[in-house]
Amino acid sequence: MSTYSLSDGLASGAPRSAPAFAGWVRDSGIGVLASVAWIAFGLSCLWWEDVGDWSRTHSLGIAAFVIAAVALFGTVGADYLGPAGKALRQRAPWLVALGAFLTVWEVATAKFAWLPLPFFPPPQSIIEVYTDDLPKLLDSVFASVKLQLGGYLIGATVGFLTGVSIGWSRAVGYWVHPVLRFIGPLPATAWLPIAFFTFPSSWSASTFLIALATGFPVTVLTWSGVASVSNAYYDVARTLGAKPSFLVLKVAIPAALPHVFVGLFMGLGSSFAVLVVAEMIGVKAGLGWYLQWAQGWAAYANMYAALIVMSLLCSGAITLLFAIRDRLLVWQKGTVKW
Amino acid sequence: MVAATALAEAATQPAAGAALDIEQVSHAFDIDGTELPVLSEVSISVEPGEFVALLGPSGCGKSTLLRLVAGLDKPKAGRLREDEARITRPHPSRVVVFQDPTLFPWRSVWDNVALGLEAQGILRSQRHRVDDALDLVGLASFRNAYPHQLSGGMAQRVALARALVNDPKILILDEPLGKLDSLTRITMQAELVSLWQRKGFTTLLVTHDAEEALVLANRVIVFSDRPARVKADIRVDRPYPRHRGDPYLADLRRQILGLLGLDATW
Repeated sequence: MSTYSLSDGLASGAPRSAPAFAGWVRDSGIGVLASVAWIAFGLSCLWWEDVGDWSRTHSLGIAAFVIAAVALFGTVGADYLGPAGKALRQRAPWLVALGAFLTVWEVATAKFAWLPLPFFPPPQSIIEVYTDDLPKLLDSVFASVKLQLGGYLIGATVGFLTGVSIGWSRAVGYWVHPVLRFIGPLPATAWLPIAFFTFPSSWSASTFLIALATGFPVTVLTWSGVASVSNAYYDVARTLGAKPSFLVLKVAIPAALPHVFVGLFMGLGSSFAVLVVAEMIGVKAGLGWYLQWAQGWAAYANMYAALIVMSLLCSGAITLLFAIRDRLLVWQKGTVKW
Repeated sequence: MVAATALAEAATQPAAGAALDIEQVSHAFDIDGTELPVLSEVSISVEPGEFVALLGPSGCGKSTLLRLVAGLDKPKAGRLREDEARITRPHPSRVVVFQDPTLFPWRSVWDNVALGLEAQGILRSQRHRVDDALDLVGLASFRNAYPHQLSGGMAQRVALARALVNDPKILILDEPLGKLDSLTRITMQAELVSLWQRKGFTTLLVTHDAEEALVLANRVIVFSDRPARVKADIRVDRPYPRHRGDPYLADLRRQILGLLGLDATW
């Protein structure tokens, strides 16, 4: 920082204070701006009367001021805060955008109702959902995670084993491949009506469907991964005395692993879709059901609140998957950062 | 470069080469139903500890012969024997170093070298052999590196260590230096000779470089165009280390190029 302003000052012959000020604006100006945006949001909460009856407006306004203060002191004093300060400075532009967006949202809904009201709830009503309806929301999160995790793990395991078998054995391929071609491309949700009356419970039906949605991409990509392993690797291993089991476990599978993770990623995406639909239609628990229930009561704030939670969960699941991949595939270079 | 332990081990070991008999071997590929003959009644008898270079025009079937010796493929006719025992399948006593290092990219250098011992289920008790092999090729400090972090020459050295860790009786080299730059190549030629002298294994080297064959081998076998048959079997009775400018070798080289139909370019 200092070398930059020093050389700048020497080159232009200008007084040192000008570039120093420019540097300060660059480092902390956006932080100040973020603070201003959040103060605006706080003021927008408190200045006008709400058009509706919401209990958290005041607290939200105060919280906005607190965030504004954190943004201000955090970015201006970032040099004393170590990595946390640096991280805050990096995210300051996002804080500006977020504060501005919330201000507009607050004004357009709670204060002047430019957006039609029950459909576009103000921020404070969503906060209200998180504080007042928390137990039910948490129950739903727990139910969704349980269902998703069970189905996904079963689907991924079966898909992986099937993919390896098809890729490795011609005989298995002969029998499984046509079945895979027939059933795989069918959207798992198409099985919903059948699944719900053939399975003993809606929970087991949904688990099956999620496993199906996960299993197909995992199978196909594992298979293609195993099939595309270069023969040179097998030759090397065989001349070194490898038995068939070694060729599968220590050559084919590790070589196919990058493909497997693409399959796991795709399977995760399609299983989320099945999860939500299954919960909306059959299972009487989970976030999908919560959404459906909220819509029935025209509780739009609850829907938005559940959507935000759902998005965080899905994104978190993908982050976790990528973290596992980065751990297992350290030998690869240039992998996508999520 | 060479650790004392590796040297000591090499000194205490007896010459470990095996004899190799290639008897009337013919081989052909099936390409769209038509048979393409690649080897025609090839007979070569290799003494234990010999360094034999196989030289011939590109695509003549030298590499196919190596795959047969390694036991990766079965010949259509004829027999191959290692110390009187028929070769029917790959065995770690005959290890191949290919033109591409074909290191496993998901394994570190150490784990790549350990591959053979692991495949044979003896890694747990023989871990020191991996370290010794890495010392032998001078890459002990790269044991935790991944293949994509290595240069071409280093990768090929790791491939060599991966072969040598098995203490092969016959080392099969399929143009292992073919893709290296000329400086690395010369260094590695010298390293190959000294490894061969120290360890005493029988060596079979496929190359298309007459000079390389003459600098390294004590016997050069020249093949005809496809289907390959033995055209000449030349002894190279010169002490090591050999010099590229040696007039005796230059004369042999001229002869060999003549056999390959390239004398006009000389």
